[in-house]
Amino acid sequence: MSRIAEKFAELKQRNEGALIGYLTLGDPTPQASARLATCLAESVDILELGIPFSDPIADGPTIQGAIDRALRAGTNTDDCFEIAARLRRDGVEIPLVFMTYYNIVLQYGEERFVAKCSEVGVDGLLVSDLPVEEASHLVKICRKYGVDTIFLIAPTTTEERINKILKKASGFIYLVSLLGTTGAREKLSEVTIEKTKWALQYVKNLPLAVGFGISKPEHVRAVIEAGASGAVVGSAFVKIIEEKGADACDELRSFAARLKSGTKLG
Amino acid sequence: MRYPTRRGRFGRYGGRYIPEVLMPAVEELDEAYRKFRNDREFKRELDYYLREYVGRPTPLTYCANMSAELGFKVYLKREDLAHTGAHKINNTLGQALLAKRMGKRRIIAETGAGQHGVATATAAAVLGLKCEIYMGTEDMERQKMNVFRMRLLGAEVHPVSSGSRTLKDAINEALRDWLTNVTTTHYLLGSVLGPHPYPMMIRDFQSVIGRETKRQILKHEGRLPSAIIACVGGGSNAMGIFYPFLDDTEVELIGVEAGGEGIETGRHAARFAAGREGVLHGTYTYVLQDEYGQIATTHSISAGLDYPAVGPEHALLREIKRAKYYYATDDEALEAFHYLSEKEGIIPALESAHAVAWLLKNADKFDKGDVVVINLSGRGDKDVEAVAKREGVV
Repeated sequence: MSRIAEKFAELKQRNEGALIGYLTLGDPTPQASARLATCLAESVDILELGIPFSDPIADGPTIQGAIDRALRAGTNTDDCFEIAARLRRDGVEIPLVFMTYYNIVLQYGEERFVAKCSEVGVDGLLVSDLPVEEASHLVKICRKYGVDTIFLIAPTTTEERINKILKKASGFIYLVSLLGTTGAREKLSEVTIEKTKWALQYVKNLPLAVGFGISKPEHVRAVIEAGASGAVVGSAFVKIIEEKGADACDELRSFAARLKSGTKLG
Repeated sequence: MRYPTRRGRFGRYGGRYIPEVLMPAVEELDEAYRKFRNDREFKRELDYYLREYVGRPTPLTYCANMSAELGFKVYLKREDLAHTGAHKINNTLGQALLAKRMGKRRIIAETGAGQHGVATATAAAVLGLKCEIYMGTEDMERQKMNVFRMRLLGAEVHPVSSGSRTLKDAINEALRDWLTNVTTTHYLLGSVLGPHPYPMMIRDFQSVIGRETKRQILKHEGRLPSAIIACVGGGSNAMGIFYPFLDDTEVELIGVEAGGEGIETGRHAARFAAGREGVLHGTYTYVLQDEYGQIATTHSISAGLDYPAVGPEHALLREIKRAKYYYATDDEALEAFHYLSEKEGIIPALESAHAVAWLLKNADKFDKGDVVVINLSGRGDKDVEAVAKREGVV
């Protein structure tokens, strides 16, 4: 069983959902971001780590800002692997997922990239602009190295596409719960709950994590109560880093702990 | 063999690299396009607009003065005389008519030089669609008149100040809009780029240029041209004129990229000269980027060529050696801008001036009996102010 699958199984036993926390690697600098990721890891169940790409079309202004800061600080793909390796050296044991865009993986070399993930202890890979039709080669490599391939499904995804996606996915399915880019929203969209229930009809053999527009404990609780196995929070964490920079540790930790309370049912 | 494959591949180039949210939309577009492209009523309506509204066919003008000076025959395919002043309108009318049939009432588009934005706003106005255009703030500064023209045509222009504030960033922002409004909105992409079916569909809409050219040159000369030269940004005017000649292997096809301040300075947009294979904005092609795949900032005197990726079909044509790609620098393009204005009384767009510049520099490659066609993809009125400023005239 992969580390991601184990984590979901363990949480299920405790009647809890997973809190998946995202931050952009290299924001505000590679060194500071390694420390911030370690802090965040204390209060979330899974860490999703973004490798910055210059043209992040699926990201809203908050994460675009983080990516700009990371790239201005000179962050490259090797730095990101180094941060992941350091998290493992520092004793972080929760699952780590890399999230990026396809050109980053392609230019590193697909096999070299996945082998390196496996070597430093990255458990899963999510490529925002790689739809299932173009992913066969990368999925094959990931299987070989035991790295989970996480795919997105969206409110626009058809049943036919969901079935295609389920054949290539492992670890968990990430439901993009509303149309648009990443970013915190004040209120949880009704569509999010509706879409969560819709997706659960099809996604039965993998955990379903719901993301986009989730930024408060009550949002987290609502999607877990609707039956999701996890909630992904990104921009809300990134906003804290945007404000506090390298000193964001305490606030990341305490905010994550508040969000985490929303995952505990009963 | 005709490209692309059903999945949008031109050899190994092309494909679909986009977020899942957009996949159903491009599948729907692909289906609609396949249905309507052979639909008699659709073709009749598009032909009607191209003829009565755009003013097609555009002339193929013989350049007597230039030919006398260079020692072989030179013709210009006059896309500058199409309504709105460039070839872009061929594609925007085609896509806008398609969008209407798909029930999408809102059109979004990116623009670099502003030509595609103006052509989109125009098609939207005449067909009664709502139109919003994304444009980098640096390009808005370079092309103030086109910004005003788009607004006159009833379009909303959204300034984009992220990244390099040029075409690439305008596309990012247009894609983000599409992610949010995909169910009601058609993204009217302006060049042979992006996920399948865009490169194929836009090539098809633009290939009216090549079909007319073939008919016209046969009429004027009784033979096919020795060579066809076109500038290549994304590459839609080039694909449009090349495509009907792909099987006529005696016709040399030459694409000219933006050499900017010179390849060695790093300030250019010559993807074939200095780029590597990669993925940008939904397609696998040649891309200017660093070793880790971060997309490079490009430079060209012409906003329309200032883009880090090239259409995937061009990558294939280059690989199979059916077309050759060179570049012209800012200075060479400027010189050609003046040359054509003075010699033939035609002020070319700075984009098209790159094609003219390549011919002026390589005139010795052609002999007395040769017939060369340049695709004059746009007129230069939009560039007059910027050129005057650069030369210290105003």
